[in-house]
Amino acid sequence: MSEAISEAGAFRQIGTRPIRPDGLDKVTGRANFGADFSLPGMLHGRFLRSPHAHARIRSIDITAALAVPGVKAIVTGKDFPDVAPGDIEGGEGGGDYHDMAVNVMARDKVLYHGHAVAAVAATSTRAAEEAVRLIEVEYEPLPVLLDIDSAMAPDAPLLHDHLYTEGLPEKPARPSNVAQVMESTRGDIEAGFAEADVIIERTYLTPTVHQGYIEPHACLARWGQDEQSTVWCSTQGSFDVRSMTARVLDMSISRLKVIPTEIGGGFGGKTTVYLEPVAILLSRKSGRPVKLVMTREEVFRASGPASASKIKLKIGAKKDGRLTAMSAWLAYEAGAFKGSPMVPGVMCVFAPYDVPAFKAVGYDVLVNKPKVAAYRAPGAPQALFATESAMDELARVLNMDPIELRLKNAVRDGSQASYGPKFNAIGMEACLQAAREHPNYKRPLGPNQGRGVAVGFWFNVGMQSSAEIHINEDGTATVIEGNPDIGGSRASMALMAAEELGIPYQDVRVLVADTEAAGFTNVTGGSRVTFATGMAVIEAARDIISQLKARAAALWNVDVEMVDWVDGKVVARPGVNVEADPLTLADIAGQAAKTGGPLLGRASLNARGAGPSFSVNLCDVEVDPDTGKVDVISYTAIQDAGKAIHPSYVEGQMQGGAVQGIGWALNEEYIFSAEGIMENAGFLDYRIPVASDLPMIDTQIIEIANPGHPYGVRGVGETPIVAPLAAVANAVNAATGLQMTELPMSPPRILAALEAAKG
Amino acid sequence: MKQQVSSTVNGEPVEFLCAADETLLEVLRDRLSLTGTKEGCGTGDCGACSVLLDDRLVCSCLVFAAELEGRSVTTVEGIATPQALHPVQQKLLEHAALQCGICTPGVVVAAKALIDANPEPTEEETRYWLAGNLCRCTGYDKIIRAVMDAAAEMRGATS
Repeated sequence: MSEAISEAGAFRQIGTRPIRPDGLDKVTGRANFGADFSLPGMLHGRFLRSPHAHARIRSIDITAALAVPGVKAIVTGKDFPDVAPGDIEGGEGGGDYHDMAVNVMARDKVLYHGHAVAAVAATSTRAAEEAVRLIEVEYEPLPVLLDIDSAMAPDAPLLHDHLYTEGLPEKPARPSNVAQVMESTRGDIEAGFAEADVIIERTYLTPTVHQGYIEPHACLARWGQDEQSTVWCSTQGSFDVRSMTARVLDMSISRLKVIPTEIGGGFGGKTTVYLEPVAILLSRKSGRPVKLVMTREEVFRASGPASASKIKLKIGAKKDGRLTAMSAWLAYEAGAFKGSPMVPGVMCVFAPYDVPAFKAVGYDVLVNKPKVAAYRAPGAPQALFATESAMDELARVLNMDPIELRLKNAVRDGSQASYGPKFNAIGMEACLQAAREHPNYKRPLGPNQGRGVAVGFWFNVGMQSSAEIHINEDGTATVIEGNPDIGGSRASMALMAAEELGIPYQDVRVLVADTEAAGFTNVTGGSRVTFATGMAVIEAARDIISQLKARAAALWNVDVEMVDWVDGKVVARPGVNVEADPLTLADIAGQAAKTGGPLLGRASLNARGAGPSFSVNLCDVEVDPDTGKVDVISYTAIQDAGKAIHPSYVEGQMQGGAVQGIGWALNEEYIFSAEGIMENAGFLDYRIPVASDLPMIDTQIIEIANPGHPYGVRGVGETPIVAPLAAVANAVNAATGLQMTELPMSPPRILAALEAAKG
Repeated sequence: MKQQVSSTVNGEPVEFLCAADETLLEVLRDRLSLTGTKEGCGTGDCGACSVLLDDRLVCSCLVFAAELEGRSVTTVEGIATPQALHPVQQKLLEHAALQCGICTPGVVVAAKALIDANPEPTEEETRYWLAGNLCRCTGYDKIIRAVMDAAAEMRGATS
């Protein structure tokens, strides 16, 4: 393991595991989440949602609903402005502003079951619910498309009459349900397959799944007669809520202040808007603050989910295991509006491997399901489920150790990534070697048990961040930043500020500020917060240090070049004759008035150099041949973190991602009726993993310093969910001798496959 | 028509009016401003609204508020003393056993109930007891370790 060194020398606090600054609030119930805010005179809102998966709205009659006592406002699509098309910026995952506006509230058509048709604000939830029941809507049902094959059929009915496939050499003559095609190629793929001794060719399927955050979407909006609005909401990106809401309502960004509450999970699903524009309109119509909170059922039916996928994969290799060619056909469901994570899927499907020839073609396919939202490494779990399942089968056919096969083909420093750049300082090989040496890789297996191995990868992003550090009179500090703390990031920010400033961690408080108090900051997503906002915090601290040096030099009456910052103190450089003790931050803060006024450091940046992240997961399962039930009996996640600022929270990301991936592999799926109605819209029937389903999740953090960050940090949040799908599937296949290629590997599906194999 | 209910919440006498169909969760959050108890599903599947009703662990979304007459409720706000956190709370922090924190109030209440009922829970017992408390962030590993560590500390054992 390499160790990054800060400018101050070896780390003193980075890599320790202190209690998070917001810890007490969160174990005592004091922390306020999205639904926890109230205002005097506040109204409660409820939605009317479409009972059809696809229908034209002929008419909406709100007369009876308005007459319900306590009802103060009702909005429908007619109350919203028309929004011009345009690519959504800044959020996570693709999409278009016009589509976002229509997703927030249906206009002439409903495009999925649960699509918002109207919303009511009333003095009580019960009055709002009664009014919702009395809204009369006349629908003209339309054909429903629920899977990739039917949506891509040449004669398929259309979701949108004016959607033409992008990415083709010329604009097609007819509209389509395929929003975009993208191709990525290198080398001579025909020659590559011709040269191969072994070819594996399979079709892999993954279902629609949900991010499954435990906190439903919630917001409180207050409009004022001065046209200024304030929104309190649970979001991964308050600045994104501001820009998106302003766009949907055709208002100036300066008219809207977004105050991020504590956030009860997101995983990518809280990077868009569903409620905020509706709450503001209801507040404007009623003149009262309005709170909107989704039910769990609404969360399933009308937010998220993540794309179902169909991937046809073909890989060719020589007898010695060396890959000669890979090809992939990848279709991702976007839901009712364009913007699945097909592009990152195409970009990452071969990213772990150095293969001379490849071709990947991706399709963004519309179906009558809710518009997908980002979900942790969007597009990668599906893509690498296919690749890593095929690699596993290849290892078996070649009778090679699966780690050996991957080491033989692994990308290394200097390899040209399949998506473009040359890799530098990556941890793929180190993770594979750690996996091969891990005791869990050597544990003997019992009957009906099997072991799976898979590699995970995510690009990671940088993007824009701001940070300020205010120094108090006693030398303690407050960090002000704009990324909602979704998993302990305040602790990481405080550690980095404390490390730079040479003060104890406990002396740093971290404030996640609103859109009027924090500098512009992109979304909490893309595994970017500890990397990019952390970089801003470090730079803001260094801004303070340079001011401290200038002030000490002035106090000592020497040139600023004659002083240095060493071990948390300003000292005179060797040979400079100053008859004074070194000055700490507290020393100078105490004399701030004398030396130029309050100490305030700041930084804003568009971070480059987010190092990509690799992982290797090992999974052992036991399959009950009588019921098809799979028990995960051992799980090991190994991942390159660059530098773990707070190792416990890095392990937490690895463990949480592993378990989400286990759920995706074994249990989770949207089950739709033929009419497109989700039949399991609750946690009882959409079963996410619970404590008794799981073993401890072993972790091993690898630290290959990212040269793009002052401490070597690389993002760790998303990669953990990528490897588990194939790691679990490969273990199930190893335990059963089957070659299953469809998720989830639920008991009925495994039983059916076992029965079929018996003949 | 509303009913008047007299009960004890976190050790203090409380009176409130509620409709017959109002849940304990609604009354705690909306009438008593005890928003530490969270709603994750409203159907008793996620455990975020866990409270103790006369020392029995329940989902407050599945209890009618009117049932509180003459009974006592403990919420997450009533677990710590003014001087110190409960060992379960302290250990959850030390083990970094929460990420977003929305499930944490329910976990705190459920884990306290576990240790009260079974001072020396095994890993398996802890996992089954907490199986009704969904957490989407942590994968449960650190939660299970923290709860067992808290139990060990409460037994006076070294962990």
